Amino acid sequence: MKKIKIVETASYVPQKIVTNDELSQIMETSDEWISTRTGIKQRHISLGENTSDLCLHVAQELLEKSGWAPESLDLLLVATMSPDSYTPATAALVQGKLQAKNALAFDISAACSGFIYGLKVAEKFLQQGSTKRVMLIGGEVLSKVIDWSDRTSAVLFGDGAAGALLESKTSGDSDFLGASLHTFGEFGDKLEAGKTEAISTFPNLKEHYIRAFSMSGRDVYTFATHRVPESIEEAVSKAALTLDDIDYFVLHQANSRIVTQIAKKLAQPLTKFPLNIAEYGNTSAASVPLLLDELVTQGKIKRGVKIALSGFGGGLTVGTQVIKY
Amino acid sequence: MTEQEIFEKVKGIVVEQLDVDAADVKMESDIKNDLEADSLDVFEIMNELEDDLDIKLEADENVKTIKDVVDYVKKEIDAK
Repeated sequence: MKKIKIVETASYVPQKIVTNDELSQIMETSDEWISTRTGIKQRHISLGENTSDLCLHVAQELLEKSGWAPESLDLLLVATMSPDSYTPATAALVQGKLQAKNALAFDISAACSGFIYGLKVAEKFLQQGSTKRVMLIGGEVLSKVIDWSDRTSAVLFGDGAAGALLESKTSGDSDFLGASLHTFGEFGDKLEAGKTEAISTFPNLKEHYIRAFSMSGRDVYTFATHRVPESIEEAVSKAALTLDDIDYFVLHQANSRIVTQIAKKLAQPLTKFPLNIAEYGNTSAASVPLLLDELVTQGKIKRGVKIALSGFGGGLTVGTQVIKY
Repeated sequence: MTEQEIFEKVKGIVVEQLDVDAADVKMESDIKNDLEADSLDVFEIMNELEDDLDIKLEADENVKTIKDVVDYVKKEIDAK
């Protein structure tokens, strides 16, 4: 069996920072309200750069760090819930600009679990025949899909992108050890963005109608605090490990209070649950790789460290991948 | 379950979730004003009650005091 290794990580966030205080000037909210309920202090907001632009920065940095030639990539995946367009795929736009001409490119739509679902797709490609090198990026410009008049959801999100290069190996210690992914489509309406409507008359010359983000807060909170611990336990068990063996739980940064509840349910110390939501807000598919890249850059995640990456959100979806880095 | 048993159950969960003194949790305590819970704390208290008692509790708009929670839980248990 081939082993899967994360070779490099990289991230990119747009320059503009919007603090809670700045938000409280345009909507009825406060820094105290936002930070005690979510842990968020600020978020990066993209002005003019679309999702593929953020992802391209990440892609270029990944190639620079690794020394890989763009044409050596076999597969290029972008996980996003805020693509540039229905078609072409954001991954195809990045592939074109990167001139990764040998890479098959497509998007993964699994919202905040997108990076974890992407790891699973990458793993399957890498385990079979000809695919040796994969680039996986989670990228979002959520500021363009948010309803900025809805203060209950607008304060939560930010823009950013981050990703990883993956390679199949026949030797070495690094590997994917176990995973647990589940989809709960019956709860799809609990978190929606970019919902479209079919035309009701023909011919129909009215403008296309696309709805902004909407979420049932309590349902999603309850989903996360129940299904994520189950998913982590299942993935760790499939990896033939115990929770105590995991050095870091790299969780989707939706809300620091959700992370605290998950740690409590797993009876694991909070110190094993790093947070960076204060700086970025919820960046959906970008959040897990943003945190992963930060921990790798800080030297906290080194070769041999065991980590559980876990995402949860729209779909509703949940996914955990246990990795020996 | 009697009202007193439900109260003890609610009190245990509230003490754990809000990190307050058990003596401060009374039937007349206002969850948000007296016990300083915010909306996410209320979610969590409702979730714990749902899990422990195998009932379904809807959103919290009409629940202000501990007594409101106890009455609501009792109604749902009786309706099972």
